[in-house]
Amino acid sequence: MRIPCPICGTRDRREFTYQGAAELLRRPAPDAGDAAWDDYLHNRDNPCGEARDLWFHEAGCGAWLVVERDTATHEVMGAELAEKVAS
Amino acid sequence: MANLVALSPCEGLLPQTIGAVTIAEIDPGPVTAILPFKGQDKAVGEALKSALGLGFPAPGRSQSKGGARAIWVGKGEALLMGAACPDLAGAACVDQSDAWCVVEIVGDRAEDVLARLVPLDLRASQFKRGHTARTLLGRMTASATRSGAKAFEIMVFRSMAETLVEELTRAAGAVAARG
Ligand SMILES: [Zn+2]
Repeated sequence: MRIPCPICGTRDRREFTYQGAAELLRRPAPDAGDAAWDDYLHNRDNPCGEARDLWFHEAGCGAWLVVERDTATHEVMGAELAEKVAS
Repeated sequence: MANLVALSPCEGLLPQTIGAVTIAEIDPGPVTAILPFKGQDKAVGEALKSALGLGFPAPGRSQSKGGARAIWVGKGEALLMGAACPDLAGAACVDQSDAWCVVEIVGDRAEDVLARLVPLDLRASQFKRGHTARTLLGRMTASATRSGAKAFEIMVFRSMAETLVEELTRAAGAVAARG
């Protein structure tokens, strides 16, 4: 599996560390309430198919990426910088 | 008073010639990590340019001027080597002299040796002079820069010097054994 880092170009999966669903970028407001925070911290979809995940280009440029991939076929559709997605 | 003797990271380990490659240690001189603050990339590049004649390198690139070199080593970060760091108001500058182990691997089979260790296409058609990459060498994070038609410069943190030498010499031995 290879991931197209927007900074470094397409790189081997070994250079990256997996974090989890990109939901993590959608942090609720501090006063959003217990239900919103419980959802944010603990509840994730488990998609068979398209997924958006956070990957860290640990052995490369050091950027956090949001990678779109298919969990069923392992196809990687694209990647963008997490800072652009979050801002 | 104690008489302190400076030892380089690969002291006693290099140089070694194995088959068609020679692996030697390089003394990079002073090393400074330069990290421009938000929105200061351009100003820092211009300040470097006027002080040393080289700019802040683009991702995957290195620049050199006289004995000074600037190597991109990550998002928003470059290493200035071989020259004292000028006053850069728009950047965090951290002295990392003696923190890096710098090794050059030269020879006809240098690409073949690195191909066994680095998950990146380092052939001259893809990775040209002045190109640099943060990547893996074996299990270590490393910086690799093409320094010549048959030469690469590899940098790892100083604490990994012995592992770097072991990985490179073992790979060079395997390449030489295959003929
Ligand atoms: Zn990258």
